Amino acid sequence: MNSALLKLEGIGKDFDVSRPWLNRVIERAPRQLLHAVVGVSFEVRKGETLALVGESGCGKSTLARLIVGLHAPTRGRIEFDGIEISNPEAHVETARLRRRMQMIFQDPYASLNPRWRVHDIVAEPVRVLGLAKDEAEITARVAELLRQVGLAAEDGEKYPHEFSGGQRQRISIARALSGRPDFLVCDEPTSALDVSVQAQILNLMSELQAQLGLTYLFISHNLAVVSHVADRIGVMYLGRVVEIAASQELLARPRHPYTRMLLDAVPDLEMSGRQRTPVAGEVPNPLAPPSGCAFHPRCPHANARCSSESPKLVWRGETASACHAVEENRI
Amino acid sequence: MTSGAILEVKDLRVEFPSRHGTLVAVNGVSFSIAPGEVLGVVGESGAGKSLTGTAIIGLLEPPGRVAAGEIRLEGERIDNLQHEQMRRIRGRRIGAIFQDPLTSLNPLYTVGDQLVETIRTHLEVDAAAARNRALELLRDVGIPAPNARIDHYPHQFSGGMRQRVVIALALCAEPRLVIADEPTTALDVSIQAQIIQLLKRLAHDRGTAVMLITHDMGVIAETADRVAVMYAGRIAEIGPVREVIRAARHPYTVGLMGSIPKLGVGAGKHRARLVQIEGAMPRLNAMPAGCAFHPRCEKCFDRCKQERPEPRRVGTNLTACWLYDEQRTAQA
Repeated sequence: MNSALLKLEGIGKDFDVSRPWLNRVIERAPRQLLHAVVGVSFEVRKGETLALVGESGCGKSTLARLIVGLHAPTRGRIEFDGIEISNPEAHVETARLRRRMQMIFQDPYASLNPRWRVHDIVAEPVRVLGLAKDEAEITARVAELLRQVGLAAEDGEKYPHEFSGGQRQRISIARALSGRPDFLVCDEPTSALDVSVQAQILNLMSELQAQLGLTYLFISHNLAVVSHVADRIGVMYLGRVVEIAASQELLARPRHPYTRMLLDAVPDLEMSGRQRTPVAGEVPNPLAPPSGCAFHPRCPHANARCSSESPKLVWRGETASACHAVEENRI
Repeated sequence: MTSGAILEVKDLRVEFPSRHGTLVAVNGVSFSIAPGEVLGVVGESGAGKSLTGTAIIGLLEPPGRVAAGEIRLEGERIDNLQHEQMRRIRGRRIGAIFQDPLTSLNPLYTVGDQLVETIRTHLEVDAAAARNRALELLRDVGIPAPNARIDHYPHQFSGGMRQRVVIALALCAEPRLVIADEPTTALDVSIQAQIIQLLKRLAHDRGTAVMLITHDMGVIAETADRVAVMYAGRIAEIGPVREVIRAARHPYTVGLMGSIPKLGVGAGKHRARLVQIEGAMPRLNAMPAGCAFHPRCEKCFDRCKQERPEPRRVGTNLTACWLYDEQRTAQA
């Protein structure tokens, strides 16, 4: 297997969601912390696509923001190509490494400046990172990028509002690629798009990966999309990674009961008449997570140990799961 | 059209007059829904699926208007009713469920108040009976501990529970027709599965006709009995859900089905490319002549560019495509 490009060790992120100071004093309420990400460790290997799936509020987007440096982790360490990038004091050195990663956001309507021409949007990283000598080189580079993502060079003269959602997402991809990164963090890149447009963007992303040797961290709530693009899949629940495995392995032999539940909930397009176990309950409030394993109130295999002791992510070969029942071979 | 249908829509045309000419958003749409039947309406953004639903409930925002066609509810025309008459039908005989449960509920009233108000608006019952009915509805839609929950405010419910309350509201007056516009789009997958099951059960138990508008083919596959695929304001194909999904005939439906990523198909390194429909849906002000799909269609031939195909019977489906014209089939 290839070496790790990105390595996360025990990453945690707390958000302070306390009420204002005066209210706390009057009501004698303590500070309140939301543990958005708890003890996440995994690595992304060079050239692969690692996908993270989970429902709203599971911390997948927070994790993406931690990796690209939009948030600083409360605990833990992030390494990129063997060098720590999570230390805020060393940000001058890590800035050079951060050039090699870019992010694609979910909403192509919000992530492009409506007052800028597409040419300027795509050229900005080239200018900021000083990747071109003069204007002529920048123009040539932007034209090349636009062609690469399936737009015409002349489209650079237009403004974002002149494009459809799918075309805007192509512009976002061109902008992300303009700094010649080798690692892209894609946070729900297709969830705002129609299915036929989603297919175009997913195909484009896999072509670009093959051409440019990119590594992707792909974040989505849609298991079907994820199963299509990912080499490996990590499943998150309430801030923790509960299972990581190669895509085919995860789909064929899901271990964690939550993964099983998610797979069962995917609508059956084949209409095979497959019997599915009805999904019970909802994701608990992250401000008051259940004791022990966060999934135990919804889990059909839970026992006394699950409600008191939080399971650790245990690796068995290439797959890992955080479940007492799996560990004890109960399921 | 089948007799005894709860909803019959015939040649519906929705127009938006504008300074640059009239935009036709829905054109020549016909379908019917039988009691207890769930008709799925799928299509991408801008296909006119939501507008069709809005036209039926009579909530088109001016200047939008129903320019032609008929909408019949249990045989009675409802597209030409006065505002006041339509208001009495809405909620009483047609229930509506919208995408975002938070905006469908009033944040200042408890869900019990909102349910009781709706029940008493449409049915002649006293407050106590209305409250009992509200409790019964909350129980029906699967809200745990309804006795306590009835006095809670919408913000105290989670997204999935809120959508259940909205469904309960829509069912207050036992409507014969429920129009559900993207009822599961704002919800997580595990909750989505619960809501789909609920809608399906309620339609079958009560004999309610359901028009389920969504962009998600998976939801349709799980819930609908028949499905209408819309493209650029028209129905491209309509038929039993099994037939449309497994043996789609219209090239747009074929492309749409192929572009949906499927679980476990081509996962990992052996992943296949998704079927890709080139281009995008035409804008309303630049509708191509002939078949609206022809610029994106791989099987397009001369006739498609000039004449517009009407839905015609192909097997179990109605398909609007010249590929299935009798003359052409006879020649081949």
